[in-house]
Amino acid sequence: MWSLLTDNWQTFLIGFWNTVCCSILALIFSLIIGSGFAILETNPNKFWRTIAKIYIEIFRNIPLLVIAMIFYLVIPQFWFKMNGFTAGTIGLTLYTSAFIAETVRSGIESVGDGQMEGARSNGMTYWQAMRYVILPQAFKIVIPPLGNQFVNLIKNSSVLAFVAGFDLMYQGDVIASSTFQTIPTYIIVGLFYLILTLPLSYYMQHLENK
Amino acid sequence: MTPIIEFQHVDKYYGKFHALKDINLTIHEGEVVTIIGPSGSGKSTLIRTMNGLEKINDGKLIVTGYDLADKKTDINKIRKNVGMVFQHFNLYENHTVLGNIELAPKVVLHRSKEENEAIAMDLLKKVGLENKAHMYPRNLSGGQQQRVAIARSLAMKPKVILFDEPTSALDPEMIQDVLDVMKFVADEGITMVVVTHEMGFAREVGNRLLFFDQGHVLEDRKPEEFFEHPNTERAREFLSKIITN
Repeated sequence: MWSLLTDNWQTFLIGFWNTVCCSILALIFSLIIGSGFAILETNPNKFWRTIAKIYIEIFRNIPLLVIAMIFYLVIPQFWFKMNGFTAGTIGLTLYTSAFIAETVRSGIESVGDGQMEGARSNGMTYWQAMRYVILPQAFKIVIPPLGNQFVNLIKNSSVLAFVAGFDLMYQGDVIASSTFQTIPTYIIVGLFYLILTLPLSYYMQHLENK
Repeated sequence: MTPIIEFQHVDKYYGKFHALKDINLTIHEGEVVTIIGPSGSGKSTLIRTMNGLEKINDGKLIVTGYDLADKKTDINKIRKNVGMVFQHFNLYENHTVLGNIELAPKVVLHRSKEENEAIAMDLLKKVGLENKAHMYPRNLSGGQQQRVAIARSLAMKPKVILFDEPTSALDPEMIQDVLDVMKFVADEGITMVVVTHEMGFAREVGNRLLFFDQGHVLEDRKPEEFFEHPNTERAREFLSKIITN
């Protein structure tokens, strides 16, 4: 197994690097997009709530693989070209953002109504109350479930393998099929994922205990 | 006396339930109005309409010169001048005591940092909590939290402060400290509207008393007159229950 790693380390490393890049990009953007839709979903205005609900229900209830395929195969035919990495990362971002939206929404809703009433009665606008009072409390509450979403996101980045995104899983497939050492290859791939997910889990636990 | 809150034929419904029935009421600058009455009578609803936390369905409600029923009215302009103190304090849990008092003046009034801190510390001294400035609300007793909440309202330099059962969630030994702070607010000449079960406060500090029942103002009188000679049967019944308890 050691020789398998040393012989193919460049291939593994490219995969690892692409998985890291895809995960970081998807994490940042899904957090921004998801939080945005969570805020819309708790807005007093019904129009915005409906828009958010539609977005969330669409992306939460379609398999990630299908979303990635749409960006990889369908959109380039009608709109613009993109490579597998881009298509997979966009798909993963949108898919995860729907789950993050639901997570953050539950956090916002678990902050008592009294906090908003207190802030509004104190003269703040709705948005000031959200920014200074509600959201800081909401994010603190949802750190543990957000951590789960981030770990899921890293694992789900393996969808890139299906759209030629040159991620860890894709490179693993390449090595496995060229060396026929299927079992050791996927063990190494699994270990690489653990290098990413375990520290993240521990970091989120640390944040939670703070 | 200048009117500061004016109800003109105000109605409020929750679905089919008629919570406020044709309210006509004028509160003037500097008055300390207490509202008493049985639970479920609509007195909390009444006070919550005064800063737009509850919307009215019919009539006119003019507060500090703005009509709350008019959709074009910017509610935040009214709330700058109308503070509110709640039964459950509603302090910002993610801010310290000082942060609670400084937040709205900072983001709403854009008060300078030095001035803001000076005013906040001065208020904390007045409510007797200057040594708690850097603690979080969760580490304070109910009575202390409520005094911070009053200081938070005062920091906006409002014309009116609405108190919605400010002592109802407190342990008995905490109540007096909060009432003392409220007396201080009254002495400052700020208009106060207080929904309360504290008859002593209504009698001693209040200069006008509204007895509220089933969505109506049944009596609107000087407190001492009300307590000695209630005009309505409902008020007599209510007072006898309170006194026997």
